Parts: sequence; structure tokens; C-alpha cells
Amino acid sequence: MRFIFKTDYAQDIALVKHNGQAFWYGLLVLVMLAAPFWAGDYWLSQLSFVLIYAVAGLGLMVLSGFTGLASIGHAAFLGVGAYVQTVLSAKGWPFPLTMALAAGLSAAVGVVVGLPALRVKGIYLAIATLSAGFIVEEVLARWESVTKGNAGISVTSPQFFGADLGSSEAFYYIALGTCVLVTLAVLNLLRSATGRAFIAIRDSEVSAQSMGIHLAGYKTLAFALSAAIVGLAGALYAHKLRFISPDQFGIQQSVDLLLLVVVGGLGSVHGAFLGAIFLITMPQLIAMGKDWLPPAIGQATGLQAVVYGVVLMAFVLFEPMGLYGRWLKVRTWLQLFPFYRRGLFKRQKSYAKSERLK
Amino acid sequence: MAFVQLLISGISLGCIYALIALGFVLIYKATETVNFAQGELMMLGAFGGLVLMKLAGWSFWFAAPLAVVGMFMFGMALERLVIRPIMGQPQFTIVMLTIGVGYTARGLISMIPEIGTETHTLDVPYKGEVINIAGAVISLEQVAIIGVTAVLCALLYLMFRYSKLGIAMQATSQNQLAAYYMGIPVRRINGLVWGLSAAVAALAGLLLAPITFVHANMGYIGLKAFPAAVVGGFGSLPGAIVGGLVIGLVEAFAGFYLPEGFKDIAAYVVVLVMLVVKPNGLFGGNLRKKV
Repeated sequence: MRFIFKTDYAQDIALVKHNGQAFWYGLLVLVMLAAPFWAGDYWLSQLSFVLIYAVAGLGLMVLSGFTGLASIGHAAFLGVGAYVQTVLSAKGWPFPLTMALAAGLSAAVGVVVGLPALRVKGIYLAIATLSAGFIVEEVLARWESVTKGNAGISVTSPQFFGADLGSSEAFYYIALGTCVLVTLAVLNLLRSATGRAFIAIRDSEVSAQSMGIHLAGYKTLAFALSAAIVGLAGALYAHKLRFISPDQFGIQQSVDLLLLVVVGGLGSVHGAFLGAIFLITMPQLIAMGKDWLPPAIGQATGLQAVVYGVVLMAFVLFEPMGLYGRWLKVRTWLQLFPFYRRGLFKRQKSYAKSERLK
Repeated sequence: MAFVQLLISGISLGCIYALIALGFVLIYKATETVNFAQGELMMLGAFGGLVLMKLAGWSFWFAAPLAVVGMFMFGMALERLVIRPIMGQPQFTIVMLTIGVGYTARGLISMIPEIGTETHTLDVPYKGEVINIAGAVISLEQVAIIGVTAVLCALLYLMFRYSKLGIAMQATSQNQLAAYYMGIPVRRINGLVWGLSAAVAALAGLLLAPITFVHANMGYIGLKAFPAAVVGGFGSLPGAIVGGLVIGLVEAFAGFYLPEGFKDIAAYVVVLVMLVVKPNGLFGGNLRKKV
């Protein structure tokens, strides 16, 4: 068990707390950088998907996990980012500029969506975001002059001043770079005053207001940042899929993002990555397991939906801290062996805080 | 004449939304739980009626009430097994759980080989018949929806006002602790509320089936019930009905008078406007507690 003797504040907020972390994360970075050499084409493509969904998960985590504002319409921002990237890439603009614009426009949409959300909380917010998601999806489908409507639009490869970066290795490095930058940005956000304000808003809005945190401003900022990050993910998503249409950004995708965040572990940066890995590997596992099941179950179309639903329910009922929570418990068991007690992570039974009385 | 036609179709669609929103608000009032699986409960009720009519060969008048009673039991079982263990958790958790329940229900239905994967028609006795009122041609299905909703609302009003069970339900909705003190079996009442909600949703599904046919994605229609509940105000049962009618009428008229595409999002635009102008809904109370 490692005991860190902290002597100053910089140690407290350092991103890498001790040598063990430095070693393992460094190793991870090296493995990811070398991925095109050890992973086949297929797994490289899956890794790219994991990175894209991790970025999207980070965006939703900032809003739901760290500010406590539930959002069931987040695929709308994914769609906005994807379409902005598509339209601008087709014009030949360099990809850093188009991705920045995708993030910026997505943030603007996020602010517009967040405005009705400032006055409402809890379930009203969820329904407001649900409605906004449907409206954005419909706008994407109807604005045919720009988005070509329901027929979909094919996406060119990322451009960089003449260099065509469409190969899967080049795209993998773009995705990896974006993911690393976004992760560092989110970690930095969390240890800053703004991040602490977000967490205060999540824990108790009344207390946060009493401490002088301007609720409306910070909530709008949370929406804008979250939408910007998800917009970036959408831009990458467009390039990966090479063909996008509005129905890919509907409520199904929003629920998938929520699934990612809840299964990964709400309220942790690791949770976004674990959730993304879960979301991408689950269909593979189901496909592999299909051969072992009797045909009546294995070949049914609804099998994936049932597995996702059951896994979501199981995590909510038995492991509310998600995959990251389970890893924390395992790690604590290993660190404290043989002194681990079952009550270390016990969920307290409590009365739910009523949302009806403000 | 188009106006009367639109009015009737708007009201009948609004009644469906009102029924689902009613179930939704019932659960919210009693346990402050949000049930995102309400649309899927409606779909299960419609499939229940379909299975009883097609496989068991029973007539509609026998199969439909049985489907409603079956869904009542299912709602109670759902509450007992899935919802009760996590009472007391934050609202987001319970929302995710009900989303998971909906997902699973939809997947399970589409796994059943012939029934789940296709679209079926429900052979109701009054299918296809029309009546003429003042020149407007109105299908009997719509009249049936409006009639059944009105009767159901009257019955529920009488139950809540005059029966012991209804008053006990109102008591648990207003103040759970006081209800415990009065000797009301609160957890059993919550189970009954879930059962009632599921039964109302099943009824909505059976009424809707002749119009939209029975298929596994029927639950998405129930998504519009959430805007209906918001418009009416979350803590109010009459509000749910009024909200549903408002959303139904807005959709019907938007489909006719506004350009293409507005029909689907009209309900959501109304919700966003409502949240900006009057966040507590038309009938919702403005409760505030000083900290």
C-alpha cells in the first residue's frame, strides 16, 4: 500500500501522483503510439472507435458526471460536429481548423440548448435535452441544402494543406492526439476553480450558490464545454464512418452515450474510457458468443438490445460506481490484502432528496 | 371541415398521449420516480392483446381486459423486483434503470421469432368503420379512443375521491412519512400505483393498435408523452390529461398547416417554450422550501 507524503499544494493537484502512475500511464502511451505496428487493420479500426467514443464520453461526463446535469439528447451535438466537419472538409479546409469550428459550432448549439435548461432541474432538464435532441435531428434532416437530408452525405478524408490523411494509420494518430489533448484538458479543468465549481453544483446547488458560484453562468459553461468536446468526437466520427445520415444521431445514439457513461462509472475520467471499451467490445463479444447459443436466441435481432439493457440494469442495481468503481474495489482489495473489509465501499441507504420542494 | 377532422384526430391522438402521461405522472406523484419505460409498457400491452387474440384465438372483448389485467400484474412485479431495491438512490440512477428496462423489453419482444419482428394488425371489432358528424368523416377507432379515455378519467376521479385505496394513494403522494404514520402500507401502495400505471399504458396500447399497428418500436410514440406531462405540470393528474390533449392538437394542426417536418418536432418545441415561460407546467404547483 502506497502512502504519499504530501508537502505542498502542487503535489495535491499534480496530474501524476506517484511513480507507479507515471510508469503505467507511460507504458499505456507507448503501447497506444505503437498500435499500428502490433494491431491488425481490424483492431486498429476498433481502437479508433474506442478513442472517438471515449472523447464523446468525456464530453458527457463533464456535463452529467461532474456537473450533475442529466442529458438525454447528447447525440445532437455529435451530429452537429459531424455535419460541420463533413461540409467544411468537402471544401478542402485543413482539419485542425474544421475540427475547431466543429467544436465551436457545437458549443454554440450547446449554449442554445442550455438556455431553457438553466431554470429547470432534474427530470425537466432531461426532457428539455431530449426535446432539443429531437429538434436538432429533425433540423439536420430537413436542412437539405447543406446536409442533403435523410439521404446522407459521404465524407472526404481529413485534409491538411494538400496532404490527404485518410489512411487508417493517419486517422488513428489524429484520433489519438485529439483524445490525449481532450483528456488532459478535462483533467486540467477538474483541478481548476471552474471544475471545482462544477462539482459543487453537482453536490448541492444551494450550497454552491451560497458560496458565491454563479449558477446560470457555470451551467451554461458546462453545456458549452460538453457540447464542444462531443462536437470534436462527432467530427472524428464522421471521418471514421465516411458516410453519415441524420438517423445515426437520434435517441438511440444518445442512450448509447448514457450507457457508456453509466457503465464506465459516473463521475470519473477513467469511466469514459472504460465505458467506451465496453460499448465497442460488447458487440464483438455478442457476435462471438452467438455461435455457442441455440439458434433461436443467437440469431435473433434483439439480442444485442437485451444484453445492453440487462447489463445497464445490472450495473445500476449492483454496481452504481460502474466499471471504474469495480476496479477501485479490486485495487483496494489487492492493496489492503488480507485486510479488505466488505463495508469499505458500502452504499448508504438514504432517503432520496426530494426534487419537488426546491 | 378539415378543421373538425383535425380537431377529432388531434384529440384522439392527444388522448393516447394523455393516457401514457397519466401513468407516468401517477408514478411520479407516488414515488418521485421517473419511468422512461412507459412507452414500452404500452407496447407490451398491445402485444399481450395481440398474442391472446392470435394464438389463443379469443375475441377482442375477452382478450383486451385480460391483457390489461396481465399488465397490471407485470407492473407490480416490475416494481417489486427492479425498482424497490434502488429506492432512495439519486434520480438519475432510477432514470437509467427504467431506460434499461425499456431497452430490455424492446429487445426481448423483437427476439420472439414471428411475433416480435414484424408489424401486426389488431383485429378490433370496430375496425374500419366510420361515422359522419356534420359532414366530417370520423373513424370509429378515434371515437373509441376518446370515449374510453373519458370513461377512464371519470373512473379514476371517482376512485381517487371516494375509495379508500384512492385516498391512500393520494396520501402517499403528498407525504410518505405521514402516510406511514397513518398506517397506510406505503410499499404495497407503490406497487399498486405501478400496476395501475402499467394497466393504463396497456389500455393506451390496445386503443392505439388499430391506428399505428403493433410492432416492437411502438414505444417511441410514448416518448411524446413526456412533453405532455411537462406541459401539464409534473405533479398534476388533470395536468397530464390536458397536456396530452394540447400536444395532440398541436401535432395535428402543425401537420396540416405548417411545412413538412414540423409535425414531428412541434411537440418538442412546445415543451421548450413551456420550460422557458412556465417551468412548472400549466397545472404544476410552485412549491418552494426555504433552506
